[in-house]
Order: sequence, then structure tokens, then C-alpha cells
Amino acid sequence: MTACAGIQPVQPWEKGTLAKAEMTFEGDPLDNNFTEHIYFSKEGASGGSGVGGGGCGCN
Amino acid sequence: MAGSLPRNRFLLTLIVLSGMHFGNIVFAQDHDFSASAEGSENQAPDFDLPGKQVNVKLSNSQGKLVYLDFWASWCGPCRQSFPWMNTIQEKYRSQGFEVIAVNLDAQHEDAQKFLATTPAKFTVAFDSQGQTPRQYGVKGMPTSYLIGRDGKIIARHTGFSAADRDKLEQKIQTSLETPQ
Repeated sequence: MTACAGIQPVQPWEKGTLAKAEMTFEGDPLDNNFTEHIYFSKEGASGGSGVGGGGCGCN
Repeated sequence: MAGSLPRNRFLLTLIVLSGMHFGNIVFAQDHDFSASAEGSENQAPDFDLPGKQVNVKLSNSQGKLVYLDFWASWCGPCRQSFPWMNTIQEKYRSQGFEVIAVNLDAQHEDAQKFLATTPAKFTVAFDSQGQTPRQYGVKGMPTSYLIGRDGKIIARHTGFSAADRDKLEQKIQTSLETPQ
């Protein structure tokens, strides 16, 4: 349990593997766009669907 | 509760100890985070990294206005920023302006593949260990720093989009005109 204290948070430049297309949930980009637009217009929600496309990983 | 007292006490101790270590994980920010980027001096940390042909040192560009950009092959906006960085490098080179783009790919081949399709007509350095972005306190990809002729950080910009281009170019123009 004390070894867990050595875990470092992931840095923004270490997200290369996470940025790959296989790491997102959606298969079809157009379908994904529709879904994200609906979430944005209905909830004001944005981001979280994948690193790399948004760049900073925040949106 | 149905459980016997000794067992509950053990569970309770376990939970309390986990909580203590949880605090250590959550609040243990990188200890080697140097305050130089936002510190009292504001001096841009120097580096010595491998480049396309020769090593790239920030101190070699003293006296020039430097646009230091941290990028990676997997970052979408980085791909968009390269043509723009090519343009501004050419446009302001004669005024003592230099673009230095530091690649942060863990695998060098990924960076080379990117550069084959999206060429860079400016200085590129390679930091696969991620030491330089740590020193600069990079919080997102891409992040660019405008460093003055005296080596002090003028501005930092996280992310890149078409809307950012004009704003960034204006900042560069203003900084080039300011005597230092």
C-alpha cells in the first residue's frame, strides 16, 4: 500500500497511446459528431470523447 | 452489526490507512515541478536537445524572439499549427525571430512519420524523456511559449485553433517591435 504513494499523475505529453482512434468509444466519426452535438445542445456538455483530436485533452 | 468486534476494528483501520495514502496520491503533484516558468525570475529554462542535424540549445537563440512550441505526432491541433508556424518563421526570420518546436513523442519514429507528411521549415528538437515540458510546466498539448530577446517568458498559450492564429501573430509582432 505504501508503494501506491509513488504513483505520479499522467502528464499531458504522455497521452500518445490514449490519443489513438482505437481508444475512443465511437466507431463512426459522423455518428460521433451527431452524438456530441446532441450532448452539447441538450446538456451543455463537451469533451471527454478522446484525447488527440482536441489537443489539450480538455475538450 | 453482525460482525465480531476485532474484525470490524481491523476493517476500520484498513479504511483509515487507505484514506491517508489516498491523500498522498491525490495531492502528490510532481515534486520536480520547477517554478521557473511562473516564478519570480520568469527566465525560460535552458535546454540542450538533439535536433534534426545538430543539438538545439535555447541559449544559442539569445537575442532573438523565440516561439517555443511543444508538440507530438498524435496531437491533432499540432498538425494544424505546423503550416502556420512555417509561415510566421519565414515572415519574421529577418527580424530576429525563431520557431523552436520540441517534439515529445516517446517513440522517435512517430515524430519522423509526422514530419514526413507535415514538413517543418523551422528548428525541431526531440525530447522523448519529457524533461523540458516538465521544467516549463506544460499543462496541455500543444503549448507554446513566447520568449523575449532577454530570455524571459513573455506569454504562454495552450492549445491551437484557427482563431488563435491572428492573436498569436499580433503578440509576436508587438514583441518584435518592443525594444529590449
